[in-house]
Amino acid sequence: MKVRIEGREHEAVPGQTVAGVLLGAGMVSWRTTRGGGRPRGVFCGIGVCFDCLVVVNGIPDVRACQRLVRDGDDIRMQHGAELPS
Amino acid sequence: MSRAHRGAEPRDAMSRVVVVGGGPAGMAAARAAAKAGVDVVLIDAGAKLGGQYHRQDSRAGTERFGLPPGVEHLAESVVWALEPVPGGHRVHLRTGPADAPGRTGRSIDTPALVLATGAYDQVLPFPGWELPGVYTAGAAQALAKGQGVRVGERVLLAGTGPFLLPVARSLLAVGAEVAAVLEAGNPARWLARPAGLLAGAGKLGELAGHTAALARHRVPYRTRSAVVAAHGTDRVEAVTTTRLRPDWTEVPGSRRRLDVDAVCIGYGFTPQLELAVAAGCALDGGFVTVDSAQQTSVPGVLAAGELTGIGGAELAAAEGEVAGASAARRLGARPAPPVRALRAVRRGRRFAAALAAAHPVRAGWHGRLREDTLICRCEEVRYGELRDAVREREAYGGRALKLVTRAGLGLCQGRICGRVVAELTGELTGEPGQSAAFARRPIAAPIRLGELAESPSAHREPGAGPPRVAE
Amino acid sequence: MSPDVVVVGAGIIGAACAEALSAAGLRVTVLERGALASGTTAAGEGNVLVSDKAPGPELDLARASRRRWPRLLAALREELGPRAAETEWDPKGGLVVATTAEAVAPLAEFAAAQRTAGVRADRIDPARARDLEPHLTRQVTAAVHYPEDAQLQPVLAATTLLAAVRARGGEVRAGTTVTGVVRDAGDRVGGVRTDRGSLACGAVVNCCGPWAGSFAAAAGAPVTVLPRRGMILVTAPLPPDTVRRKVYDADYVGAVASGDAELQTSTVVESTRAGTVLIGSSRERVGFDGTVRVEVLRELARKAVALFPVLADVPVMRAYGGFRPYAPDHLPVIGADPRLPGLWHATGHEGAGIGLAAATGRLLADLFTGAAPELDPAPFRPDRPAVMSQAVISPAVISPAVTGPDGETAA
Repeated sequence: MKVRIEGREHEAVPGQTVAGVLLGAGMVSWRTTRGGGRPRGVFCGIGVCFDCLVVVNGIPDVRACQRLVRDGDDIRMQHGAELPS
Repeated sequence: MSRAHRGAEPRDAMSRVVVVGGGPAGMAAARAAAKAGVDVVLIDAGAKLGGQYHRQDSRAGTERFGLPPGVEHLAESVVWALEPVPGGHRVHLRTGPADAPGRTGRSIDTPALVLATGAYDQVLPFPGWELPGVYTAGAAQALAKGQGVRVGERVLLAGTGPFLLPVARSLLAVGAEVAAVLEAGNPARWLARPAGLLAGAGKLGELAGHTAALARHRVPYRTRSAVVAAHGTDRVEAVTTTRLRPDWTEVPGSRRRLDVDAVCIGYGFTPQLELAVAAGCALDGGFVTVDSAQQTSVPGVLAAGELTGIGGAELAAAEGEVAGASAARRLGARPAPPVRALRAVRRGRRFAAALAAAHPVRAGWHGRLREDTLICRCEEVRYGELRDAVREREAYGGRALKLVTRAGLGLCQGRICGRVVAELTGELTGEPGQSAAFARRPIAAPIRLGELAESPSAHREPGAGPPRVAE
Repeated sequence: MSPDVVVVGAGIIGAACAEALSAAGLRVTVLERGALASGTTAAGEGNVLVSDKAPGPELDLARASRRRWPRLLAALREELGPRAAETEWDPKGGLVVATTAEAVAPLAEFAAAQRTAGVRADRIDPARARDLEPHLTRQVTAAVHYPEDAQLQPVLAATTLLAAVRARGGEVRAGTTVTGVVRDAGDRVGGVRTDRGSLACGAVVNCCGPWAGSFAAAAGAPVTVLPRRGMILVTAPLPPDTVRRKVYDADYVGAVASGDAELQTSTVVESTRAGTVLIGSSRERVGFDGTVRVEVLRELARKAVALFPVLADVPVMRAYGGFRPYAPDHLPVIGADPRLPGLWHATGHEGAGIGLAAATGRLLADLFTGAAPELDPAPFRPDRPAVMSQAVISPAVISPAVTGPDGETAA
């Protein structure tokens, strides 16, 4: 199956998390903080810390480490606080 | 995404045991209750069973664990609220892709609720810990075992406790180089507690296996050592390590710089308390108090596994079995007393006590905090701000401190920083910190407002307008 | 040296009274059983409103308080420095909207009456309302803009006031429970008993909020002040300007004025400086029961999404509750207790204590020192029949032990 990361197509397999796909694509961060604009990626890896937030299909505040990818998912970086689109 | 149908949430009658958590404790509880002849619902956030300990590769098309026919397994399901109802509790859950709007809502009433929500890594802040490339040990483990991903090519592990060893082994298994394992404590203390050692004989064998694997890969294992800073601009490029005194202050002149692209930290575990706290369960030392039947202080609520104390998978499974039998009894079943499990619990608790005694967190780490070291990652609250709030505004009560500093008010709701803030505040005020104040989270997991707005009866007020307006 | 006045309770009302008394030159000690500003104050949204009040004594107090807050904060910035006096004061204005045809006329009437009383209440058309709040629902049928409404962060405000008390030589002691009042030979207040010993003083001010009834009873001068529970939902941080003002549905006014229903909710949506959006608020008369009811949360969510459709896909990360103190006639209780000379009360502000605190502190201090008060204190007298003749203390009120010091049970 295929997903889009920042508009570019990437291969993915069922059972991969969004974090698994992003790390596999060589990224370590995909969010910037609201206050300092600092990069963040996975920290706890088990859904507790909310650091790995990402925008999936227009919906922000999705934990990349918890979300399993689906075919055609559109994955974008989250810049600070965002509204759903 | 689809939101075409936001219909009624089915509500089950009060006829089943509900188990929250699909790790060793939860699975054992579900099996034991089912074996006693009662119906069970097992709710777990994961796509597959096993929890953190038995993390399965979610990409594999196989399921390693089986559950008996009387158990309904609700995967990818999170309990976001718990409320008391006559004769038991109502469990509110959502099933579907994590954090997606429009997941399926459901609420289940149960006279016997087994909480087996587990624990997560405790991390002690240090300068640079917010850089990408710094992970919890559990993250490295989950990504390696669950996704086949290595968090770095050259990885340093640091913290305290035996859990660092299996994580190092998992990292090796996915092809990472483990630069070193730094243990802040001194495991020689184990030898001082023969009773605990004996109780954990099986566990020790497992640890010996890990140690041998590390030796084969020539991974240095250094005691009384820690990471004191991570360096890099947008990601970790290097760390500074140090030797520690027994109180965890630094041995002067022992700092070393080490090039790594990932650091994994674990200073023991924090239990996932929100549901237990929402139910009103009594706590002791930060863990849920249970009796020998795994009953909490709240009738109809049982707890098993790391919620009641950190003791590993075997103890968790034994507690789960006892809890499952107790839960079945509340539904009128008469299972035989789980004698072997009860014995395993007693033995396991001795081991857990020895484990806790052997790996205390010492306050010397406070000295490595700098003015600008982040304490709360979500709200980017720095140590200096926390200290000033306590000193200048005398703000230290749970909610007041949070509101003055914003520490613990971000999306993680103090799950990561709560214990640390309580500990640091305690030091600053000379009064014991209130970490339980951070575990009070009536919304136990985030829920989209539109999901919350759905009524179980799908009733909408006349004149309130449609729930969404196309803009 | 013993203090002139002991203020019991370090919430916003206690802090404001203590500040005003110390400004009048009195030696003040504030005693608080829990942590500072961690009860009702910490559960508040920080409203400084004139928009939600009908003409009458409470609106007079609210207007006086709205005038006083910015002056007081400016003076405290001068006295304490900008950092210690930071309160996130934001004169953001309020917007009340009707979303049904039926609500148009009552809202217009209400606003007209407020204008007569001196409130700025500007009727604006729905299109203008959406200019002010771009994410507002298209269902708006009428709107009134209240430019005087403001917001501050209540814990910062209370701790700032208490810092001023300390700076003037007063004392603030947290973790000290006042268990009763010591009477002197003349049957006047001679001191307080606490769990850490007795303290002599000339007067005591009861600023115990929802627990004021139980404190008054312990002092031997019962008043009827009851708790009314409120719940608030908090979203994840959102971009600035998602919600700019305090926005509420016109039904809010009815809920505040009513004392009948066991549960009322009305939509109140506002952002905080931290980016979160607060969604309130419910009013439940359930004693000090801290149990969270999911149906209450649903009701809040439903109404907020109706008002701001964009919020439907935004995560709620927290819900919290608190207890508002109210008197049966829904007016604050401010003044001397004639039954026990030296005992004073300042409580019963229900959901408006943050806003009303500035004028309450001043009024109490004026009455205390014999200065001419800025407004008529008569409607707030503690010895009015609603407060004293019905001084029946329900079991829930006399057992505050069921709640923690921060006003919430472990649930």
